[in-house]
Amino acid sequence: MVAQNVAFWIVAVAMALAAIGVVRTRNVVHAALYLVVVLAGVAAQYILLGAEFVAWVQVLIYIGAVVILFLFGIMLTRAPMGGDSEFDNDQRFPAAVAAIFLLGVLVTLLVDAFGRQKIKLDTAVLVTGKTATVGDAIFRQYVVPFEVVSMLLLAALVGAVVIARRD
Amino acid sequence: MIMNQFLILAAFLFCTGIYGVLARRNGVLVLMSVELMLNAVNLNLVAFSARLHAVSGPVFALFIITIAAAEVGVGLAIVLLIYRNLRSPDLDGVDQMRG
Repeated sequence: MVAQNVAFWIVAVAMALAAIGVVRTRNVVHAALYLVVVLAGVAAQYILLGAEFVAWVQVLIYIGAVVILFLFGIMLTRAPMGGDSEFDNDQRFPAAVAAIFLLGVLVTLLVDAFGRQKIKLDTAVLVTGKTATVGDAIFRQYVVPFEVVSMLLLAALVGAVVIARRD
Repeated sequence: MIMNQFLILAAFLFCTGIYGVLARRNGVLVLMSVELMLNAVNLNLVAFSARLHAVSGPVFALFIITIAAAEVGVGLAIVLLIYRNLRSPDLDGVDQMRG
């Protein structure tokens, strides 16, 4: 248990710093690279929780595809690559107040509701996150939502092409 | 491991995303902040499924990852269209509906 906790805290601190980097940096490409750190950290947390399949999907889809899509977006909108350009609007202070207030509310609620409940990393957890179990559940109990989500993905891709097309 | 350490980490990621959505002007950076929030939700789902031994957690996390990919595709297409029409990806320029 100690090794998992040490791994959790190392990854969590890196994720927190990188998440602040995503919203604070003044260089768009750096923001995308900080986002890679956050997404890889989330994948590592999934591994710590025994959800191996979700972790690898996270690496493939998010780090492999979504971040590349963001980099394409940065290039196509010709965002200024050099530093010191202004990407923030003038409501930085109210936004910080809102975020910190929400964080306070959430942390208070979570501490109150879950206290010191523990996650026991036994074989039951590993079975829950195993690829075989997840695949079974998707194609048995959740096969209709799965089909709906694949239709939605198709519609979104066609829609993206239609929206971005030059007439 | 304590349940709350995952939940509070996810809450922190979510609030960072809120700050980014409210304070950023560039459309691509706003979409990145939305991704932060979606990841926080996914982390919560997987943490709860590890606590309750429920397989629905990873399954719905996968669904959310799919929806997030679709959302980024359509969102970037919209930002591209804004850039093409206004010569800038800043969302402040999109105020033609203002009364």
